[in-house]
Amino acid sequence: MDEQEKPLSLVLFSGTDDKLAAAAVLAVGAAAMGRPVNVFLQYYALDAFRAGRVCADHGLAPEATAGQAASVRGHTGQHWSDLLRQAREVGEVDIQACALSMDLFGIGRDDLDPLVDGVEGVAAFMAAASEGQVLFI
Amino acid sequence: MSTVRTDETIDARGMPCPGPLMNLIGAIRRGQVGQVFEVLSSDEGSKTDIPAWVAKARHELVDVVSDDGFARFVVRKAR
Repeated sequence: MDEQEKPLSLVLFSGTDDKLAAAAVLAVGAAAMGRPVNVFLQYYALDAFRAGRVCADHGLAPEATAGQAASVRGHTGQHWSDLLRQAREVGEVDIQACALSMDLFGIGRDDLDPLVDGVEGVAAFMAAASEGQVLFI
Repeated sequence: MSTVRTDETIDARGMPCPGPLMNLIGAIRRGQVGQVFEVLSSDEGSKTDIPAWVAKARHELVDVVSDDGFARFVVRKAR
């Protein structure tokens, strides 16, 4: 994996556990395949990364039916926070909190889980994304 | 059945995607060049993911054998 790969940049907006888990799977896959991964936390996703709340129940997306919700909750897969840690172990992963969302919810740097590397603005995120794809989840 | 001697078996049966792949990556990172790893996986995703990762990371996929309800991937750490 010596050649330079284009980064995968994920904008996480939704803060439900299913969307965070799906996003974390993308992150771990991209990291395993040698692509740098940038994660930008906005709105409800940022809220899920508050210190001490990562493993709380963040609910599921509204399209989950009762039956699907039971399947998702009963799944034996790893928690999204563990998948993100794994992504970081195998590759280059940078998780940044959106400065605007921090402001919006009155969240300070010390309120964030250690999974979050820092706080940045949208222009810095776009600079990091450069020519790679940007996905909004 | 593979005739290659394996140095380590990773029994990831029952683990969902991408668990078996991640366990293989961890084992290969810890291992020595030339060592052979065997992953047992019942995850359908492993059938595409393990060969894709092995090619990308430039290791060697020695063998893939389908067994009863799972597959056996034999990988040599090449570098």
